[in-house]
Amino acid sequence: MAYDGSSARGRVDLRLTGSYKREQTVEGECARQGRVAEAGESAEQAACGSSATTCIEVRDLSFFYGRYQALQAINLELQARRVTAFIGPSGCGKSTLLRTFNRIYELYPGQYATGQILIDGNNILDKRQDLNLLRARVGMVFQKPTPFPMSIYDNIAFGVKLYQRLSRYDMDERVEWALRKAALWEEVKDKLKQSGTLLSGGQQQRLCLARAVAVKPEILLLDEPASALDPISTLKIEELIEELKGEYTIIIVTHNMQQAARVSDYTAFMYLGKLVEFAGTDTIFTRPREKETEDYITGRYG
Amino acid sequence: MEQVASIPATVAERILQRRLRRGYLADRLFAYTTWLFAGVVLALVLAISVALLVGAWPAIRKFGVGFLTSADWNPVTDTYGAVVPITGTLVTSVIAMIIAVPVSFGIAVFITELAPRWLRRPIGTAVELLAAIPSIIYGMWGLFVFAPLFAEHFQPWVIEYIGRLPLIGGLFSGPPLGIGVFTAGIILAIMVIPFVTAVMRDVFDLVPAVLKESAYGLGATTWEVLRYVVLPYTKVGVAGGIMLGLGRALGETMAVTFVIGNAHQLNSSLFMPGNTISSTLANEFTEATGELYTAALIELGLVLFFITFLVLALAKLLLLRLTAREGERT
Amino acid sequence: MSLYVRRRIVNALGLALSMLATAFGLFWLGWLLWTLVAQGLPWIDLSVFSQPTPPPGDAGGLANAIVGSLLLTGSGIVIGTPIGILAGTYLSEFGRKTRFAAVVRFVNDILLSAPSIVIGVFVYELVVLRTGHFSGWAGSMALALIVIPIAVRTTEDMLCLVPVSLREAAAALGAPRWRVIFAVVYRASRAGILTGVLLAVARISGETAPLLFTALNNQFWSLDMGGALANLPVVIFQFAMSPYEDWQHLAWAGALLITGGILTLNIIARVLGRARNIE
Repeated sequence: MAYDGSSARGRVDLRLTGSYKREQTVEGECARQGRVAEAGESAEQAACGSSATTCIEVRDLSFFYGRYQALQAINLELQARRVTAFIGPSGCGKSTLLRTFNRIYELYPGQYATGQILIDGNNILDKRQDLNLLRARVGMVFQKPTPFPMSIYDNIAFGVKLYQRLSRYDMDERVEWALRKAALWEEVKDKLKQSGTLLSGGQQQRLCLARAVAVKPEILLLDEPASALDPISTLKIEELIEELKGEYTIIIVTHNMQQAARVSDYTAFMYLGKLVEFAGTDTIFTRPREKETEDYITGRYG
Repeated sequence: MEQVASIPATVAERILQRRLRRGYLADRLFAYTTWLFAGVVLALVLAISVALLVGAWPAIRKFGVGFLTSADWNPVTDTYGAVVPITGTLVTSVIAMIIAVPVSFGIAVFITELAPRWLRRPIGTAVELLAAIPSIIYGMWGLFVFAPLFAEHFQPWVIEYIGRLPLIGGLFSGPPLGIGVFTAGIILAIMVIPFVTAVMRDVFDLVPAVLKESAYGLGATTWEVLRYVVLPYTKVGVAGGIMLGLGRALGETMAVTFVIGNAHQLNSSLFMPGNTISSTLANEFTEATGELYTAALIELGLVLFFITFLVLALAKLLLLRLTAREGERT
Repeated sequence: MSLYVRRRIVNALGLALSMLATAFGLFWLGWLLWTLVAQGLPWIDLSVFSQPTPPPGDAGGLANAIVGSLLLTGSGIVIGTPIGILAGTYLSEFGRKTRFAAVVRFVNDILLSAPSIVIGVFVYELVVLRTGHFSGWAGSMALALIVIPIAVRTTEDMLCLVPVSLREAAAALGAPRWRVIFAVVYRASRAGILTGVLLAVARISGETAPLLFTALNNQFWSLDMGGALANLPVVIFQFAMSPYEDWQHLAWAGALLITGGILTLNIIARVLGRARNIE
């Protein structure tokens, strides 16, 4: 592989809070952290550096769709460079929780979160948090494949171009690197100019994964990434997660308990908007502490 | 990691900051621009209403309500009453809808339920293409082709037999001129049929196949499926299509102007020439001399605008009420 | 059993009526098209495209009217489409559920259903009275007013068809909203919007009523949008209503031309739309 993706080369300093916004405030925790960051520490170092550190810390997180409360005071600490799975019956809030990590819910009026989500110590729920920068650091892949109506190449380049100006050569390299990461390169290298919408469902989903990876985020959110795919494509996606977890903090929402058991290091079981149990995946599936968890994983409901 | 550090952080940061700031500026600018143009649409309709009102003001002040109740339209004496064009507009539209609605319904049923698969698309396409033909073509055809044949073969027979009947006979009396209110209604109907058909077909296509299949599964005939499944399911859309057609018919100018005869007289017979609001405008507006004459014509336009607005509002209200009722049921 | 027979009879009757209605409807429409070809085709020759409208009794063509129509339609689309697309973008992307958007949507429907002759009267008051003369610009403004509500409606409908997940995916990469809209949403719906614009072109190129009081007509060669401008629909109207046979022949030729053009545009739009569905 010509391009060494694991190095920080090409990863832009996407500090969570745009400093021109920071100027507006001097008080509070966030401003203090801002100043620390300004002291020359690169985002790399501040980010999930060594293994087994806390990358995301959720404190008292509640979420509302208008008046309806979908999440109730969630507290959770997610480890860097590990795969965490959220499981639970439909409507338990696992996708809602996932969608707070990049605040994608902000696209819709009337949805809001209270509490704190700390990523590397920065509270991303802070009003001053720059959303676009946050999303460039926290990539997301959705349930249904979402290839943009443009060529395979442009699909990958779209996100990269947003925050980096690369030469033609560098961009070509980046696209190849991302596609290789998603194990799609061999299948599409001869038709990069072809529309991304013409690929098969499994290929489209891997394209979306490549697109998310190409921006070089630190965290990858996967919202039931394989539920719309056939078994073979599902297997490919799971293999990819296995490969990617050395470099990214991955959070996956899944309906499929076998999948959670196969790919994740930690598992959170949610029920009715509450976090019931969170522990190592082995523990959850072999010696669950709560009765609700046991009922769910043994298939007694949900 | 080292390589990032080797780029002066301030430069990289400044580029990023600039991009971000530009992004937010562009975001806000774009949002405001679209908002502004949405406002333009609103302003345009307000401007049309105000301009018509201002232009019509001299006539409104002079005639008041009398404008709507007098049938006397006389540029020589400068007195204007709108009863003739208003009745003409309403009567031609009603005739058009009486003919067009059942025919459109039949065609829509044929296309969606009866026709063999290979025939559905061609007929559907033909109907849609015909909806695109400009109304002036319908007018010309009506004047040069339809009216003479109508006068020669159809009208004498109707006048002879139906014209003698009590009650409705008076509607079909007089000389067989070819042109007139009834002809205008027919031409309007032919023009409106494709519109209404296209809407009805679209809404019929929306009925879930499962629903129809379950009715057929009970042993219902095609007609019964239509009557008891398709029609109840689509009544809102069907009503909407009819209203759309009515709106077209009310405001239509060219198809009518050619064949209505352009006479400012109230006549009990539908075979006699008449006038509609739009045909009066088309014929007289550019030739109108004098402030009051022009104002009276603009007031006609205002009345027409108001009538089409009413039809639209009614259609919307109907739709709102029907959807609300659907909501209650589920 | 008798009940079943009755049901069968009702069914057969209903279906027969519907077939009859189809035959009835298609009969008129077929007749109309046939007339158009029969009356128009003999008079279409090179001079129709090369010579301006003649005085009665002379030979001539429709060249000035064709060019005028192209100018009016083109400028009407150029003025109306951007306004309509931007306003439609607001309704779909920014305002969706706001009260303001609901008002604009309703008002847009009013504009959509407003009789075109009323729009002609409005532009007459606004432009022709102010400037003191008929002009091509007034005509193109009137046509733009017809294009705007069509473009607003089409744009909103087409943008709403773009799946939410696509917008979320673009936003999740950190794209600012305008990039999401331009690079993804517009792109995903461009075929649909283009189809709508083509249909709007077809619609206004046959409009007569709003041009009667705005662009009026011009017997001579003119490309001057500032003055009265010849155009096919008004020429057809005047020539058809005239007592001169030559003029009536030219009117039929013009009618065939305009209908042919509009039907061609519609077919192109349809093919485009179908290509989009397949993709």
